[in-house]
Amino acid sequence: MKKPLLLVTLLSLIFSASTYAQEPLRLATTTSTENSGLLAELLPVFTKQTGINIDVIAVGTGKALQMARNGDTDVVMVHARQAENVFIAEGFGVNRRDVMENDFVIVGPTNDPANINNTISTLKALQKIATKRASFISRGDNSGTHKKERFIWKHAGLNPSGDWYKEAGQGMGKILLMANELGAYTLTDRGTWLAYKDKLSLNILNEGGVLLKNPYGIIAVNPALHKDIQYLKAMSLIAWITSPVGQSLIDTFQKNEQRLFYPTAIKDVIASE
Amino acid sequence: MNDLGQASVNAFQLLLSGNGDIWEIISLSFGVSFSAILIATPIALVIAFFLAFYQFPFRRALISLFNTFMSVPAVIIGLTLYLILSRSGPLGDLRLLFTSKAMVIGQIMLSFPLLVAMAHASFQAADRRAWETAITLGAKPWRAFFTLMYEVRFGLIAAIVAGFGRVVAEIGCSMMVGGNILHATRNIPTAIALETSKGEFAQGIALGMILLVLSLSLNAGVSIFQGKGELQA
Repeated sequence: MKKPLLLVTLLSLIFSASTYAQEPLRLATTTSTENSGLLAELLPVFTKQTGINIDVIAVGTGKALQMARNGDTDVVMVHARQAENVFIAEGFGVNRRDVMENDFVIVGPTNDPANINNTISTLKALQKIATKRASFISRGDNSGTHKKERFIWKHAGLNPSGDWYKEAGQGMGKILLMANELGAYTLTDRGTWLAYKDKLSLNILNEGGVLLKNPYGIIAVNPALHKDIQYLKAMSLIAWITSPVGQSLIDTFQKNEQRLFYPTAIKDVIASE
Repeated sequence: MNDLGQASVNAFQLLLSGNGDIWEIISLSFGVSFSAILIATPIALVIAFFLAFYQFPFRRALISLFNTFMSVPAVIIGLTLYLILSRSGPLGDLRLLFTSKAMVIGQIMLSFPLLVAMAHASFQAADRRAWETAITLGAKPWRAFFTLMYEVRFGLIAAIVAGFGRVVAEIGCSMMVGGNILHATRNIPTAIALETSKGEFAQGIALGMILLVLSLSLNAGVSIFQGKGELQA
């Protein structure tokens, strides 16, 4: 009678120990990196090289940082520089590194009621939309894209409000569909735009400006604040994604034959190829 | 970090601060749901009555159909309505998509099967003789219909409350056809979804508690009314 019991105890001990060792690293990131398929390309390579499994939680930047504050994730990869700086200044995150950047574009209806298509300056384009009171749909959800949009409006010296400025509070894909339905302008990341553009009768009307650049950073959650934070695994991921291997994978990643992200941790990774 | 405790404090502060946005969201939520129930109820009651008191072909099939539609997810209703109201849909010219009117239509579609099914059950349980007596005494059918409704009023009120409960808390359809636009189509459930996605968990819980308290007072009012009915009987 005693032997089976001992065996069960031993087995359960071994089992719990092994599950502990294999506990996956929790990465909270934005929907843009997950939906674009970039992580599906990168993370298996990382797991193969290091044996570390990763659970990806794809949410808005605001929620990702909040989860990190609560200790519900080990590492975050987001794109909202100001919010990231606050997050680190408050002591919740450590060891921030630049990873990559992509860009935003302003899209709008084909008939372009505010006539911004020939305006090179992003700020002037927004000013025209505001003067015309042409419909503009905002994410309104504190996501990285929303923060970027508010930042550009502020730079243009405008505080948009009124019937024409609609704060919709939904994900990027939904917002594009809404803009399509309502014949409205909106700011979108290029990745989501590429994924949706075949379903839309919208055009890119402003792009390439320095204000539209969108840098992504990766931050480890401060292990001093919560127990159970897998700091070493988080640092392994940070080290790997900013290494020549990780950076060149980002560099070569394509979707619909379009490159979406430009590595920034090692700027001349392209030249080294 | 005590989110729940903090949230209850926040909820009261929010409500008392006279914060315009939050009351706007609350009044939109209840305005849309009340209108939907107000429009859906009379038609649903008449249909339920016919299903209970008249014999006609496909009556059973119709009852099963309403019972089935009770369990259709709100998102499916929302999606269907979205495709109908979309610019490329059959009713696109009405320009109703992403307005509170579209939300009312969606909630009517959502509550209707529930109202019919529950009202039908009440009418079925009613004493048939009340209807027959009223008719024999020379009452016009519509007059007899009101007498019968009075007879089964508690069941009908329960149906209306259940219908209201379903629509005031649903999110799938409101998000889909309303679009969660601030000052226009943001109601309590879509606001909760948004606050949660922003990481403002306390705010989300606060809104949830407001919804709970308001629904609770509504139900308490109804049960007091029903209690009076029981005492008299």
